[in-house]
Amino acid sequence: MKPARFEYERPTDLAGAIALNRRDDLAVKILAGGQSLVPMLNYRLAQPDLLVDVTRIPELKRVDTSDDAIIVGACVTHADFEDGRVPDVTGGALPGVARGIAYRAVRTRGTIGGSLAHADPSADWPSGLAAIGADVILRGPAGTRRVAIEQFITGVFEVSLEPGEIVEAVRIPRLSRNARFGYYKICRKPGELAHAIGAILHDPDRSVFRAVFGATQSRPIVVANAASLFGGNTAAATRFDTDAAAHVLTAAGMTDRFDIQIHVEALKRAAGRANLA
Amino acid sequence: MSEQGIGASMLRKEDDRLLRGRGQFVADLRLAGMRDVAFVRSPVAHARIRDIVVPASGRGAVFTANDLVGVKPIRAVSGLPGFKISEQPALASGKIRHVGELVAMCVAATRADAEDVAASVRLDLDEMPAVFDMLAGRAAGAPLLHESWGDNVFLETNVEVGIADAFDAPIKVTREIHTARQCMAPIEGRGVVAHWDSRLEQLIVYTATQMPHIVRTGLSECLGLDHGRIRVITPDVGGGFGYKGILLPEEVALGWLALQCGHPVRWIEDRREHLTASADCREHHYRITAYADRDGGLRGIDCEATVDSGAYSAYPFSACLEAAQVASILPGPYDFPAYRCRTYSVATNKCPILPFRGVARTGVCFALELVLDAVAREAGLEPSEVRLKNLVRPEQMPFDNITKKHFDSGDYPQALRRAMDAIDLPAIRARQKQGEADGRRIGVGFAVYCEQAAHGTSVYAGWGIPMVPGYEQATARVTPDGGLELRIGLHSHGQSLETTLAQVVHEILGIDASKVSLVHGDTALTPYSTGTWGSRSMVMAGGAVSLACREIARRAAAIGAFLLHVDVADVAVRDGRVIGPSGSLTLAEIARVWYLRPQELPAHANPAGLEVTAGYKPVRDSGTFSYGAHAALVAVDPQIGEVEILDYVVVEDGGKLVNPMVVDGQIYGGVAQGIGTALYEEMPFDASGQPLASTLSDYLLPGATEVPALRIVHMETPSPYTEFGVKGIGEGGAIAPPATIANAVNDALGPLGAAELLQSPITPRRVLAAIAKARAPAPSETCMRDRR
Repeated sequence: MKPARFEYERPTDLAGAIALNRRDDLAVKILAGGQSLVPMLNYRLAQPDLLVDVTRIPELKRVDTSDDAIIVGACVTHADFEDGRVPDVTGGALPGVARGIAYRAVRTRGTIGGSLAHADPSADWPSGLAAIGADVILRGPAGTRRVAIEQFITGVFEVSLEPGEIVEAVRIPRLSRNARFGYYKICRKPGELAHAIGAILHDPDRSVFRAVFGATQSRPIVVANAASLFGGNTAAATRFDTDAAAHVLTAAGMTDRFDIQIHVEALKRAAGRANLA
Repeated sequence: MSEQGIGASMLRKEDDRLLRGRGQFVADLRLAGMRDVAFVRSPVAHARIRDIVVPASGRGAVFTANDLVGVKPIRAVSGLPGFKISEQPALASGKIRHVGELVAMCVAATRADAEDVAASVRLDLDEMPAVFDMLAGRAAGAPLLHESWGDNVFLETNVEVGIADAFDAPIKVTREIHTARQCMAPIEGRGVVAHWDSRLEQLIVYTATQMPHIVRTGLSECLGLDHGRIRVITPDVGGGFGYKGILLPEEVALGWLALQCGHPVRWIEDRREHLTASADCREHHYRITAYADRDGGLRGIDCEATVDSGAYSAYPFSACLEAAQVASILPGPYDFPAYRCRTYSVATNKCPILPFRGVARTGVCFALELVLDAVAREAGLEPSEVRLKNLVRPEQMPFDNITKKHFDSGDYPQALRRAMDAIDLPAIRARQKQGEADGRRIGVGFAVYCEQAAHGTSVYAGWGIPMVPGYEQATARVTPDGGLELRIGLHSHGQSLETTLAQVVHEILGIDASKVSLVHGDTALTPYSTGTWGSRSMVMAGGAVSLACREIARRAAAIGAFLLHVDVADVAVRDGRVIGPSGSLTLAEIARVWYLRPQELPAHANPAGLEVTAGYKPVRDSGTFSYGAHAALVAVDPQIGEVEILDYVVVEDGGKLVNPMVVDGQIYGGVAQGIGTALYEEMPFDASGQPLASTLSDYLLPGATEVPALRIVHMETPSPYTEFGVKGIGEGGAIAPPATIANAVNDALGPLGAAELLQSPITPRRVLAAIAKARAPAPSETCMRDRR
């Protein structure tokens, strides 16, 4: 269980990383924290020719704050959120999600950009950030583009990255004071990957009411207008409609009755945590 | 009780190095010129090998069965009538019978390089249908693993005692019960370093094993080398639990390689090999019927049990031990008049099985205790009352049960009553009536077991497997400065023998435990032993050390009396001294005379001196019987199927406890593993025989957040047959938790249309399936047996 041979580069600027990443004569993998990739290397499930370690690139560690959002560099760690080193514009929502990711050792090294690029459906950031309405900022040879999380993640371990493109940052919207967020994860043991995730954000001041079913066999299932899960009542959401939630999952292709049951329950409990149900 | 003798909760001598990371394990060895081995392993479960293609770059670095001329396959034969023999080659020859089976051995400067070489070897395989389900494997027309057998059954056994007398019982409950295949998970995996010592003319094999002498015997048979040409060294070993009680094909293959290559070679098992290739345990199926009277009194138990033994009979315990043990121990701690048990040990296209802590007891306890709860529900009685009705009573002790097991001592009903008190059964029943604010349902479960330990010649001679334990020997040697060196042939890898045997020495000779050193894990330095298994170490090695020390005391007394100018009848040995009527000598003073001033000895001194090898067996070698009652309070979340253990009580009687702290540690560790069996651990296979858990995120183990703070209640009924009255207790903790927790879950779910869990582990999905099945108008058998 030792990795196959690979070359290793640790560029110190983004342009250098992109130049290495766009080489089409080599299979290139970006190393951003290694908490998923390194085990995959050891199991030889990933056998890149070249590993580009982006953790020494200052731009990727930056956090920029504006009136309506913060932009967090791809190499900011889960622990940076957990410990409050990233300014919290989400009323405690994202530090709470971060606190539940795997184990502390993983959170110390694992990064937000790495997690999103890896796109494990059972991971926390894809669901949590999709519910928040975050975008991914991608930088490639052709420049920069901004994509919503649910568009960026296209499937299980699949994302839409153009050749050479890497995750540069994540844009997290600033929630209003009255926003309510709930997150519930069903997993066999604390720290293990989730079997079902429910995440919900109700931010009436910004006219946002989003719900996410995560840890599915596909990309996170986003309900952009979650009022439909509460009898269509956005103003005073009081009753979570489990049938409507199950219908969303069935329509998305989920067939196993117990998978549907625990995903509905996870979202219902997330709504409970957001005081919505 | 002194602070270091029998009964003292002395801190462990071995912890200083182990907790500081200064232990020396096989993987810590650094021998000059050592090269690493990686194996080409079978990617499929069942196939004929058409060809093994080694590229030019791998020439000289890759070895296959064709190279291992003269190496014999591993044969673990049982003498039980009808046992069919398997031959497990060191490297697969002709045919592959499980995923992960060794096909080629690759050597390189590093493990990564060796894995590159292994990846370059191409296998041309003719894949065949696999047997992955033991029940299907028993049926006619199943693919055959060992063609000459004509079927896939290693061994079929049948025990019957008047079962027909039970058939008219008013209560008859039948259940199909299934326990998952598991993989034992010591922190350290297996590992082997081998080299040829040209000075000693010996093959030196360092290996992480529980039984160095048995490995030497096995290597001698497979490699065709005299025992004297082989030395097996077992350094620090990071846990065994049964996983290291096997002769490995890797040990044979590396032994052969070291004879050829002129440099040390090393193989360290990685996690994927550990999980998918080496050895599993615990996969049982029971079809069990209990016959009872309305008052809960058992009239009889009728059972058909099948054990998935994997592809080969593992050396030395064989493929038969587990299933044959099922038949002999299924009656548990209960007294009933009629019994029948038919067992099948089935060969499947999976890696072999090994006896895991508790061996078959964890499975039979699960089957019997679940069916007892079903009887209680049928009779409308408290499950604990049904148990009290049927447990062997203290006044019956010693008691020969229906399968001729000899229960040496104890008060089984008292253990259960203490568990009922500690968990507070009436309070739980009251709380259940009120319901839980969070919508969960709580339930209470009990299980009672007895644990045969340190069973010896009379028991094992009957199995006829490659090893039968006899007298356990220990050598005690007083050093010239009055310390004591112990040499034992079994091995301590978590059992705390460096501490507890020093306590035995202290008890008898009064030597300070810090001056007692334990030599173990080296066939060149220690007496022959079958090793550490079956909770035998404290009974057997403790007994041998005790006898040796008593003889040391006699010899020291003789020398001391002479030096003190008194009659030997007038001296006593205690506190590390020979004490006469008006003076005393320390053991160090006596040792100095024996070793360094022999001119001061009497003319007719005993020439054997201050070194004694003693051999020990208990007065009866049919085994000590420790026992216990476990009780659990659980909460079940019926929406998502989660089970939380709210409270857990262990009442345990291990006879005289040499070190209660160490015993508590054994119980904690055992219960943790039992919780793994109950709720988490499962090695699933797909229909082609592929193991589906190859990482520890697929194969879940309980951790700190899953194991509650246990409450342990001790009882101490000394064994009438052993030194100090000790009993083996190494396995008990792991026996009862699956049954206890399953009964608690079923108690919690009972009101939900009698949902019943009959399969371990109790995963959330299985809980949801059981609830759904109980609610469904027409119960269907399309249950989720092999789905998580």
